[in-house]
Amino acid sequence: MWWKSLFGIYMVLIILGAFLYAPVAKGLGETTRILFFHVPCAWIATLAFLVSAVYSILYLRKQKMIHDLKASSAAQIGLVFTILATITGSIWAKQIWHSYWNWDPRESSIFILLLIYAAYFALRSAVDEQNQKARLSAVYSIIAFVTVPFLIFVVPRIVESLHPDPLINPRGKVDMDSRMSTVFFGSFVGFTALFFWMLYLKIQIARLSQFKFKPGD
Amino acid sequence: MFKIKASGVTKKFNERSVFKNIHFEISSGQSLAITGHNGSGKTTLVRIISGLMSPSEGSVKFYKNDNAIEPENVHSFIGLVGPYLQLYHNLTALENLTFFSKIRGLGANRSRILELMALMGLKGRELDYVKNYSSGMLQRLKYVFALLHEPEILLVDEPTSNLDEAGSAIVYNILKRQKESKILIVATNNPEESRIGQKRIHVGD
Amino acid sequence: MGKNAFMWATKSLIIFQKDVQLEFRTRFAINAIVLFAITTLTAISFSIGPARLETTILSALLWIILFFSAMSGLSHIFVREEEQQTADTLRLVTTPLSIFLGKWLFNVVLLFALEIIIVPLYFILMNTSQSAGNNFLLFLLLLFWGSLGLATVSTIIAAIISQASARGALFAVLAFPISLPVLISSIHGTRLALEGNTFSECLPDLQILIAFFVVILTVSILTFEFIWKSN
Repeated sequence: MWWKSLFGIYMVLIILGAFLYAPVAKGLGETTRILFFHVPCAWIATLAFLVSAVYSILYLRKQKMIHDLKASSAAQIGLVFTILATITGSIWAKQIWHSYWNWDPRESSIFILLLIYAAYFALRSAVDEQNQKARLSAVYSIIAFVTVPFLIFVVPRIVESLHPDPLINPRGKVDMDSRMSTVFFGSFVGFTALFFWMLYLKIQIARLSQFKFKPGD
Repeated sequence: MFKIKASGVTKKFNERSVFKNIHFEISSGQSLAITGHNGSGKTTLVRIISGLMSPSEGSVKFYKNDNAIEPENVHSFIGLVGPYLQLYHNLTALENLTFFSKIRGLGANRSRILELMALMGLKGRELDYVKNYSSGMLQRLKYVFALLHEPEILLVDEPTSNLDEAGSAIVYNILKRQKESKILIVATNNPEESRIGQKRIHVGD
Repeated sequence: MGKNAFMWATKSLIIFQKDVQLEFRTRFAINAIVLFAITTLTAISFSIGPARLETTILSALLWIILFFSAMSGLSHIFVREEEQQTADTLRLVTTPLSIFLGKWLFNVVLLFALEIIIVPLYFILMNTSQSAGNNFLLFLLLLFWGSLGLATVSTIIAAIISQASARGALFAVLAFPISLPVLISSIHGTRLALEGNTFSECLPDLQILIAFFVVILTVSILTFEFIWKSN
């Protein structure tokens, strides 16, 4: 369909913009480029978690398997983007702070999110029966979701932050060069659309494969 | 006057259907026999009626004098006997029954416990640990457990499994009394036993 | 309303009492938890020898021992019901709420019982010479609220994994992320307390511990009935 090609072109433009159009940030040099991909990845990792929790609540309320399907699909995509965010973040960290990992609050947070996703899937694989699997993982998803606000408060206390906050949140306002912010927010929008498209595809595939195996009981 | 209404009860495990569209209605003073071969789903149906399991589709509703009973309260009207029911092995029979009696809100009710145990032929065994009970004694003890709170609805899966003639006779007496004024549901392979039920449901094929 | 709450409290206590009675007979959970803690403590003490630890490590190690001890003993309360197949029997006789509260109370008492043994031992073996006084009370407060949080997380996660396979490993994997707010705040607060800081300096950590406990207990109570129904 035409909009897929349009989306493809859009993302190519974002990538080009990231490397050619946007200026570098003070003090970060060319490594700034990763910002346009790393931050959206982290954002999608969190968005996926939220979406998964919402569908988990829906499953518990309505008991329809489709909600469990959406919850676990969102979580799968979230896991992928969490891994991407961790890796891109680590590469960036090596470039600017000369060390791959420091348990800086942001690094710790994304790692904890990774642990939560891993725990979610470990639970799912330890339960055979469909409904039980859906039920138990939905509950865990909700419990984990409730824990997140506390983690946001608590994690910054572990280590002093090395994260380039001044760039993005000095007084809660976005303090970027306008060209940079164009590409940055453009990337955000693109990645978000990508997430929902991937979610849609996963659900369609699952639906089709279920249909194939259901020749009347 | 109690009533159970099951409509469209279907159960599937991972897309495989155990049974579909089961309907029945039963009131106090009536009895139902659930028949079917081993593995046909009799036990699954019993578990759904007793509330231990939810149906994939359909519902089982309970009524007292035509008023619906809230699902959370149904358990206080049901007594269940079945092979998969276990009691606490590291407690004595008396400790087990006292616990269950208390948790049902009946207090320690020692006299009723002793009376029921005597009825089931277990007099003198109250202080034995359940882990030391033979399978026949355990089956008898399960009846004590099920009847403690004088349930309006008695569900029995394989009524005389592990029982000798004497035990079976006691059980048949109990079942007869139950179906006189209350609801009795029996699940069994045994054609003789299935005649206990005025109504019949056959599960599986 | 008041009558209902009273009924739940009574039933929870009955379940708690039954579980304590069973635990005295078999001693599985208490053995597991105490032996684990003592073994770990011994291993650490041997490895350290006469060296004095700084407060950061002292605080962290204590909570690590407590966390992993919880992981080795606090799942029994649900797992043994499933293994001995008495879980269904329980489902037949009462509502989920009293079951959760009774077992939660069991885990809280179990963890506190462990701490009564281990915490003094810990400070003796770690060659600490912290002066008591105000800070000891502060430390106890942090220990109390942190343990409540840890016990609550352990209880709800134990309920979840009791219905799954590979229970041992799965328990720690699921519980760790959820326990992090407790661990981080407790470790941080305990360190401050050991260093002689004032109550108001430790207050933020204490507030987080209390808030987290309340939230996680509420969520556990709300979601437990979904965990408890067997299919």
